[in-house]
Amino acid sequence: MELIHDLIVQGAQMMAVLALAPLLTGFVRKVKARLTRRRGPPLLQPYRDLARLLRKEAVLAENASWLFRVSPYLVFAATWVAAALVPTFAVGLMFSWTADLIAIIALLGSARFFLALAGMDVGTSFGGIGASREVMIASLAEPAMLLTVFALALVAGSTQLSTVAAVLATPEVGLRVSLGMALIALVMVAIAENARIPVDNPATHLELTMVHEAMVLEYSGRHLAMIEFGASLKLLLYLSLIVCIFVPWGIAAPGAGLGALAIGAVIWLAKLAVGGALLALFETSIAKMRVFRVPDFLGAALMLGLLGTLLLFVSRSL
Amino acid sequence: MMEPATILLALIAVLLVTAVAAVAIARLPAATAIVYGACAAVSAVLLAVAVAALIGGRTGQLVLPLGLPWLGAHFRLDSLSAFFLTVVNLGGAAASLYGLGYGRHESAPHRVLPFFAAFLAGMNLVVVAADAFSFLLSWEFMSLASWAMVLTHHRDPDNARAALVYLVMAGFGTMALLLAFGLMAGPGGGYAFEAMRSAAHAPSTTVLVFALMLLGAGSKAGLVPLHVWLPLAHPAAPSHVSALMSGVMTKVAVYGFLRVVFDLMGDPAWWAGIVLLALGGATAVLGILHALMERDLKRLLAYSTIENIGVIFVSLGLALAFSANAMAWAAALALTAALFHVLNHALFKSLLFFGAGAVLTATATRDMERLGGLIHRMPVTSLAFLGGSAAISALPPFNGFVSEWLAFQAILQSPQLPQWGLKILVPAVGGLLALAAALAAAAFVRAFGVTFLGRPRSPASGDAREVDRFSLAAMLALAVLCLLVGILPGFVIDALAPVTRALVGGAMPAQAHVPWLSVVPVAESRSSYNGLLVFLFIAASAWLAAILVHRFASHELRRGPAWDCGFPDPSPATQYTAGSFAQPIRRVFGSVVFQARETVAMPPPGDTAPARLVVEMHDPIWERLYAPIAAAVDFAALRLNRLQFLTIRRYLVLVFLSLVFLLAVLALWS
Amino acid sequence: MNGSLTFDIAHMLAGGLVLVSFMLLYQDRLYALLNVYALHALVLSLSVAWQAHIQGAPHLYVTAAIALVFKAIVIPMALHRIVRRLGIHRDIEAVVGVGRTMLAGMGLVALSMVVMLRATPEADPLARADLAFALSVVLLGLLVMVTRRNAVSQVVGFMALENGLVLAATGARGMPLVVEISVAFSILIAFIVIGIFLFRIRERFDTVDIGALDQFRGERR
Repeated sequence: MELIHDLIVQGAQMMAVLALAPLLTGFVRKVKARLTRRRGPPLLQPYRDLARLLRKEAVLAENASWLFRVSPYLVFAATWVAAALVPTFAVGLMFSWTADLIAIIALLGSARFFLALAGMDVGTSFGGIGASREVMIASLAEPAMLLTVFALALVAGSTQLSTVAAVLATPEVGLRVSLGMALIALVMVAIAENARIPVDNPATHLELTMVHEAMVLEYSGRHLAMIEFGASLKLLLYLSLIVCIFVPWGIAAPGAGLGALAIGAVIWLAKLAVGGALLALFETSIAKMRVFRVPDFLGAALMLGLLGTLLLFVSRSL
Repeated sequence: MMEPATILLALIAVLLVTAVAAVAIARLPAATAIVYGACAAVSAVLLAVAVAALIGGRTGQLVLPLGLPWLGAHFRLDSLSAFFLTVVNLGGAAASLYGLGYGRHESAPHRVLPFFAAFLAGMNLVVVAADAFSFLLSWEFMSLASWAMVLTHHRDPDNARAALVYLVMAGFGTMALLLAFGLMAGPGGGYAFEAMRSAAHAPSTTVLVFALMLLGAGSKAGLVPLHVWLPLAHPAAPSHVSALMSGVMTKVAVYGFLRVVFDLMGDPAWWAGIVLLALGGATAVLGILHALMERDLKRLLAYSTIENIGVIFVSLGLALAFSANAMAWAAALALTAALFHVLNHALFKSLLFFGAGAVLTATATRDMERLGGLIHRMPVTSLAFLGGSAAISALPPFNGFVSEWLAFQAILQSPQLPQWGLKILVPAVGGLLALAAALAAAAFVRAFGVTFLGRPRSPASGDAREVDRFSLAAMLALAVLCLLVGILPGFVIDALAPVTRALVGGAMPAQAHVPWLSVVPVAESRSSYNGLLVFLFIAASAWLAAILVHRFASHELRRGPAWDCGFPDPSPATQYTAGSFAQPIRRVFGSVVFQARETVAMPPPGDTAPARLVVEMHDPIWERLYAPIAAAVDFAALRLNRLQFLTIRRYLVLVFLSLVFLLAVLALWS
Repeated sequence: MNGSLTFDIAHMLAGGLVLVSFMLLYQDRLYALLNVYALHALVLSLSVAWQAHIQGAPHLYVTAAIALVFKAIVIPMALHRIVRRLGIHRDIEAVVGVGRTMLAGMGLVALSMVVMLRATPEADPLARADLAFALSVVLLGLLVMVTRRNAVSQVVGFMALENGLVLAATGARGMPLVVEISVAFSILIAFIVIGIFLFRIRERFDTVDIGALDQFRGERR
């Protein structure tokens, strides 16, 4: 009986992230539009886009290989699995111990690996430009993220996200300058990883400024739908990750009843809405930077992560 | 039932006999099949014996009346040698299988066959040797056999230079080892490992031995700054030999280091850990940055070997630091990470070198700027190479990720160390490790993407053919092993427990009983990873997504010209090349590490000459460290040249004077 | 108020000062540098005020006020004016790249932590942390001075360094007010002297790049 309950909760979480990911993307777009005094597309537009793309036939370049066709599904699957492992409305779900935070980062790394390869598959200059810039950004964002994880794991004594969230929700943690730095670093990494302004522009149509979009330029139809879906999932994942670590209050405890789960879900939605609105606010108030300013930006995130880890040693415990 | 040590030595003797026989039959057409077949069979049996000894915990030793008359030749099989025997023979069996096919394309088989068998025998002997004399003899035997194969195509001036540098570095390394063993044997001359282990070494001796082992084993393994020979020599040999040198011989060097520093030398001080951590971190980042700048596929792989050696040495440094502070459980975790990575690297680096060899066979070039589009022509090779690339980039659910993950878990135990220097250094080194892992992913996106994807950049690449069955079988077997080890890491960790127990006096908790085959390195910290479930989840959700999309949405497909923003260019020259792919990273990291500068020479308007982009890079280690040494040697040689033109009487005077001088020193000394 | 929260806030402010020092290193525009310096002084004054509160030492409030008024408001505004009046080029020319400077800064923080934590094993944890932070801020200030060519940014580096000294002094409990005030005034005088120098350099060489001075002395840049 307990097993079935756990399975259902886990399944609900997997479905919830799947169902909500396009909504979050739509919400951020909407807020951005309102902030610039435009009306913007309706909230449900991303769902319609996905449905439209799924219905269309896929056009493949003549020399596209099997890797090009398989990659969208792999990218989607890796991102989905990673997203399902991040605590959203409840911690300690049935499969939450499958992968810790480091493994989640590496899963996203796998997704990026295949996406970058797919970008190079057709052999066009734009695919190459996107892939090479993407790996350059990742080569700085990944270490920055891992250093942030070090800082968190040293506080929480674990890299397991459920445990981290539970420890950080206790009052003993208190205010810590290291955690503040980890938060800033994590936000910077999240911006870079999700191809948001100022690192990349998800809505751009200027080829030379694109990174992510250039990489997926040759995709169409259902393949493009899978990739867009994956990107939405990734945004949801990062936002859920940040709120579950730094605003861990209100998440349902392991084995909680239906009421607690419902409250957890509502609080999660509220947190996502606030996070999405903040992201939109940030994006509208800042200009996109040149590609070769990005290393400085991510270098700062890397430095913050390391500084946060170092400063832990002069704090109360440890 | 025979002693396992006896069986092992008998099998190694068979390898030596094969080597001798290969000299006789090398010119026969069937020689390739016979020699590689024999090597594959013997390696497979050796592998089985080694695995049985490792899992069954069987040890044994043997003293043969060979070598120095008062010493004999000691051989010993314990858990550490059993593990490394497994690695050596796994690589050996795969390389022999690959050689069955690849060797047929060899233009000078008589230059490879005898040495190949001898090389395998040498590596096996190093791992089971149990006295300084037989260890050094086997070590030198291994070095010289591989050196001979670096010279297979000796008319190529690059290969000749590579062999020269290799010979100098190998000689230097062996000398360092000789001194280290001499110090440990002491004036009493206890050259057997047993005697060294039980002897009490003075702290100053320990420090010197540690430094000498870093030089000796480090130069063989490719630790920065002693790595310079590796990217020259490894690619120069035939590809299956490159695989053995990179995947296996560097591991034998790690074995030598482990054997002396963790087993024979006695307890090193905690700062030895700092030295290893710093060197390992620098090695990892520098190696992979070099790999990213490289356009020769095999040399890229050789540089990536340097990176992986760095990763292994970081874990070893952690193990040393933990064990110096009597934290056996954490030391066991770090050591397990190191040994796991030893196994992993042997698997995927051999696989990748096999793939590079297949590309070389099919296209006759190692230059990535002339490759491309091979995924259409060589589907199986590209699948195997893709698996190897994913594994070496530490992507779950492959094996590379598990050892990297274990290393990170070990790093997270570092706050419990008492020394402040270590506490602060370890997370920084962890950052370097993460940087190296991310750069490795970039390097292998580049290697795979440029070589196998895109459009062919040369006719040779467009007309490539898939290679033979033996090569494919070897590659696929290794790729499957990479995945299997990645999804079932618990069994490997359990098999490593006796090794860590022997070296650092502790072991990781047993993993085989953890539900769902998860890996839980430290029980109380509640960090876990389950490769099996990650693999199943990804496979299931990708499959589910594909099925649902094809069933309920569109499954139509149309082929058309590439879109490329409306300006598709039919020339493959417009693709991103290996050089242009590396450009962003060259600009970010290369400008610091290699002083990379780009200059564009633009012809004046109206001139039809092409514009030229010139990239200038410097290898800091070669230019700052080795070039001055080489210049000094040159200078000294020039000065001493006069000594070659003396009369016989003068030579006799020299000999006489040096004899008197030495006698005088002896008289004054004692 | 419980002890751990007091500690946390003090720790947070001191750590924040280190962070703002890094922000000083990151800037490549002069005005932004001055604004960050003002933030630096603001965080310092908050930190000092908090120390005054938890130590119950009213004279520290004076120090905090001095920091707030002079360092966070008057000096940045004066520097703004100088920059505008002299028409100084607004890009900061760095001797070493931002990335490498940051790495060096991390090394300095690690170094100061190792030194301080090893030197004071049995001191009060708050004072310990404060000293480690203060030393980092001092070293980072020095780093700003040595890695920037522009004389104005050298002034800023110098004053950031001085902020580190004040942080050390307040953390170490019982620094007399007289010393405090005299330090503050000496800084003010140093500032005035440097300001005059700036004018003089500018008059003579038409630039405030201190490389010009070296050239004048016949040294290699």
